[in-house]
Amino acid sequence: MSVTETIPPFSRALRLMRDYPMLPLGLLLAALVILLEILQPGIINSRWLANTIKVAIPLAMLAACQTLTMLTGGIDLSVGIIATVAAFVTGTLSPLVGVPSAVAVSLVLALLLGLLNGFGVAVCRVHPLIMTLGTGLVATGLMQVYQRYVIATGSKIPDFLQWLGIGRTLGLPNSIVLFVPFAALILWAQKRSGFGRLLYAMGSNEKAARLSGVRGWQVLMALYVLSGLIAGITGLLYLGMIKQASLSLAVPLLLPSVAAAVIGGTSIFGGRGGFGGTIIGALILTVLGTMLTLMQMPEGGRRILFGLIVLAVTALFVRLTDNT
Amino acid sequence: MKRFVVQNGWTIGLAVLLGLLLIVTKLIQPDFGLSGLDSLGRASLPFALATLGMAVVVIAGGIDLSLASLMAVCSVTAAVLMDGRGEVAAVPIVLGVLVLGACLGAVNGSLIVVSRVPDIVVTLAMMFVWDGTALLILNAPGGGAADWLRGLIVGGVVPKSFIFLAVVALGVWLPIRRSKLGLMLYALGSDAQAAFRSGVPVKTTKIASYAIAGLFAAFGGMAVTMSTGIGEPIPGPYLLASVAAVVLGGVSLTGGKGGLLGPVLAVFILRLVRLDLTLLAVDPNVTVIIEGVIMIGVVMLGGVLALRGQRT
Repeated sequence: MSVTETIPPFSRALRLMRDYPMLPLGLLLAALVILLEILQPGIINSRWLANTIKVAIPLAMLAACQTLTMLTGGIDLSVGIIATVAAFVTGTLSPLVGVPSAVAVSLVLALLLGLLNGFGVAVCRVHPLIMTLGTGLVATGLMQVYQRYVIATGSKIPDFLQWLGIGRTLGLPNSIVLFVPFAALILWAQKRSGFGRLLYAMGSNEKAARLSGVRGWQVLMALYVLSGLIAGITGLLYLGMIKQASLSLAVPLLLPSVAAAVIGGTSIFGGRGGFGGTIIGALILTVLGTMLTLMQMPEGGRRILFGLIVLAVTALFVRLTDNT
Repeated sequence: MKRFVVQNGWTIGLAVLLGLLLIVTKLIQPDFGLSGLDSLGRASLPFALATLGMAVVVIAGGIDLSLASLMAVCSVTAAVLMDGRGEVAAVPIVLGVLVLGACLGAVNGSLIVVSRVPDIVVTLAMMFVWDGTALLILNAPGGGAADWLRGLIVGGVVPKSFIFLAVVALGVWLPIRRSKLGLMLYALGSDAQAAFRSGVPVKTTKIASYAIAGLFAAFGGMAVTMSTGIGEPIPGPYLLASVAAVVLGGVSLTGGKGGLLGPVLAVFILRLVRLDLTLLAVDPNVTVIIEGVIMIGVVMLGGVLALRGQRT
């Protein structure tokens, strides 16, 4: 009892948030769902639930890229474009060379773009933000040139991607088949595998990690290649969901993917957080998106809101880590 | 003389490179002359102004990722306010937009100081906020601009766009560079802690650096509206281009080193490379790729150089 009396309730709440970040996140999600039900009674049903999960899955997957890169203190702003590249190449090459080779080519492209990021960040020590923005610019240019050669051939969406993207089994979206093993793998890898621990080590104190014998540049290189690969796979899933190959397909997902990781408690400075919170962050953003659509918020307002959320949450985390 | 060359080696090198590129351009296109320079100056103007803003912030040890979006906000605000108004009414509007730019820049700086979050993260978030603000003000390219504004940067014996750039750059930067504030900006950029202990008001100086960048961004946004006659809510490719020009211009991304002349020369070099590629009839989309590769190459080079600087 004496302990609870000496600590003021506000800092106790903060401490609780720091120790169990999932708790307030879950509460926030529940509060948003209740608010949505009050705004539009009867909206919460199994159909809504399946739809929310369907929309949240590609967001959570792109946010996985942000989570993993943020663990080392980086960020990957090229994921939206890499996902678009994978989707566009698959869609346009499928009628030409067949589905398996088209998917293979697009994933190799995603890997190469990731490799470029990794080279810039790990070897040349460019700030990840600037490096990934630059890679995005080059990739956009490449796609514009490529588009002119394939514009006549038309596009085709592979059947299995459509099944994955929009199909339902027992009321649940089929993309869960992809997402559950994916999430399980990431959740396992971040805490239990050597690679995951290296990511936390690099983010907490890069110098110390290096002095302990970690080859920093190899870790970063592998990380950004992995991030590119995840983005590529997400692009394929998104292609099946939207059923249209365009050059701006997954680009609007970039900003929410950063926001989802930040809301989920991953520190943008590295060393803190994980994918579990990010999944809830993606769900929160999806519910918030539904709510903003209901309130007919224009696109500009949405961007402002997302920007302010990222800023407010990072500021809060700076305060939290300062107290320790 | 020798000391001058050693101290300004990088800038002199850039000037020589720029001269060589001009000769190359003349060789590719023999009738490249005053009108060519005029259009080059006008195309480079928003890039040059964005780069000036970025250079000031980088010298003071920060980075402003929201600069291009800030330019869009100023561009649409000016275009919406000036649409359908007279030529005289545009004068207070232009002045108002310049003040607005400085204030929005100060908002960026204050948020960094108050939230204690690193510059790069805050300005990333503010990039989204300003993007959204520009879209709320004007949903699609539109609005109008007074005619005399266009007259400020078109034509002239010496292309007016160069004069405009020189007047803005010198008018804003020279008084600051010569005053205490200029010294404090460099001090903050070289070592924030040492600056704090020497009595530099670190927080105010940081806010001031972002306010100056905001002012340049407002000039840049006005330049977009001036040359096109409309407001553009989607930010142009100025962010990455300005970072690349700043690095190429000899300003260290770690802060405290470099001036404003080098980055401006770098802008013209990057623009001339683009012009030459266009003159050589390279597909404009391929030009985008080449430009992107050059920019990535420049920032990678900057990273490697910074790394070497730390080791020695």
